[in-house]
Amino acid sequence: MSNRTKVIALHGGLLALLFALQFFLPAYHHGNLARIMVLASYAVGYNFLFGYTGLLSLGHALFFAAGMYGMGLTIQHLEWTPAPALLAGLVAGVVVSAALGMLALRTVGVAFMIVTLMFAQAGYLTILYFGEYTRGDEGFVIQQAQRVLWGIDLSDATNRYFAALVLFSVSMLVCLWLVRQPFGKTLVAIRENDERVKMLGYDTFAHKLGAVVVSGAIAAMAGAFYGLLFGYVGATFASVQYSIFPLLWVLLGGAGTVLGPFVGTLFMFYLIDLSSGITTAYMLIAGVVLVLLTLFAPQGLVGELRRRLWRWMP
Amino acid sequence: MTLLSTRGLSKSFEGLRAVEGVYFDLPPGQVRALIGPNGAGKTTLVGMICGRITPTSGTVQFDGRDITSMAAHRRINLGIAYTFQITSVFSGLAAGENVALAARRRLKGADVRPAVENALNRMGLLKLIDQEAGDLSYGHQRLLEIAMGLVQKPRLLILDEPTQGLADSEIADFKTLIRELAGETTILLIEHNMSVVMETADQVTVLNFGEVLAEGTPDEIRANRDVQAAYLGTG
Repeated sequence: MSNRTKVIALHGGLLALLFALQFFLPAYHHGNLARIMVLASYAVGYNFLFGYTGLLSLGHALFFAAGMYGMGLTIQHLEWTPAPALLAGLVAGVVVSAALGMLALRTVGVAFMIVTLMFAQAGYLTILYFGEYTRGDEGFVIQQAQRVLWGIDLSDATNRYFAALVLFSVSMLVCLWLVRQPFGKTLVAIRENDERVKMLGYDTFAHKLGAVVVSGAIAAMAGAFYGLLFGYVGATFASVQYSIFPLLWVLLGGAGTVLGPFVGTLFMFYLIDLSSGITTAYMLIAGVVLVLLTLFAPQGLVGELRRRLWRWMP
Repeated sequence: MTLLSTRGLSKSFEGLRAVEGVYFDLPPGQVRALIGPNGAGKTTLVGMICGRITPTSGTVQFDGRDITSMAAHRRINLGIAYTFQITSVFSGLAAGENVALAARRRLKGADVRPAVENALNRMGLLKLIDQEAGDLSYGHQRLLEIAMGLVQKPRLLILDEPTQGLADSEIADFKTLIRELAGETTILLIEHNMSVVMETADQVTVLNFGEVLAEGTPDEIRANRDVQAAYLGTG
């Protein structure tokens, strides 16, 4: 089997499995998996910048929230239908990430992390400041009647699962496609050695800006879908913990792998879910497992798999 | 007619004058060696030519255009290729992909692969095309670096100490390569190995304490008393 066939089989297989699972899963896990797929899309967007381009952002909640509020506010205040509202979320994500990229990419390393973190905090405070429209921390609910996309009621569990699966498939396939294009390969080279890429005649700033925008757009789509599918928009999603989550998921799953974000999100979700069933000190269990993973699988679950077994994995 | 010229090019690092008022002219098609003791300012001078370092004063012209304030990547696109002194191939990528990255600025799609194979073949690395660059021997990494320069088909190829760390047989091959390339492109060669300089260069420029000490054919340079005193150590 050629590498190309293996890549198609593995990723297609995962999507087929996710499609089939909905017929077997009990309602509780069915709902969880829909949520995980949306969050994993967010992680896919994050991984594009962190894993492939080597830029560690601590401000991705800003993009997630840009998508969520771009969608939510247009539905809530302009009475848009879901399709244009989702598009508004995407546009908001692209605009915000382009603006942030122009500013933050003037810095590198730790400074980049701090600048992105600060802008995300500024975004969070902006949402609170305009509480009249955004309802601040309390947030607002998107009513069932407002969540009908092309006649499909997204508050229905099966439809929601499908929508999440579509979002995740598109995000993952876009990412898989991009990293095999010259653009994606150049980003990997920038991760390895920025200066050298510049001296091969590439405009590394433009490439990194492109990566920020792609990453921000995917994160924004995830945010918009999250709000629409689960019917709630709130400032929590713009807070710093939502910037840290995708970093954790990607680190756990394997930075710079296409499947890593999904595996990391799934693992973390159920780690907290299961450990909180055992004890109220569930963060202690989660913490210990995370420490063990960092010690014994520093490249993440999928990263280790690739290093030890499947070297062909993208 | 010159391809590259610098006028009064200077660079100080916090008061330390690394390069001082260098007037340098390179006609097309020439192989020029740039030599000088450690710390003479060779890498700084070349850094200013290809845009890695911003000069304190002076100008750089390439093919009649003033490129002094042009961004590095745009200079590369004008046809300047630079190979690094410290090997900086992309160690996580295959050798072929390293060269392909360099090739894709000029070529698209199906044209990339043959150009990559050709460049690797020229350096004797074709059989290592799928090897990760980080797994190659040091000498092979140096050669890969040169292949990345070649594949760009540059009008000016700047090689920063290309033979450092190569074995004798590889150095002999390198000399042959430079003589072959001499008809195709202009070469600026920073080199410590005097046998390489003497056998490949048309002209030699000697830098000392950031200034041009002497310029001439290899034989003239060898006979120059100032150069002997400063550099060759037979004063």
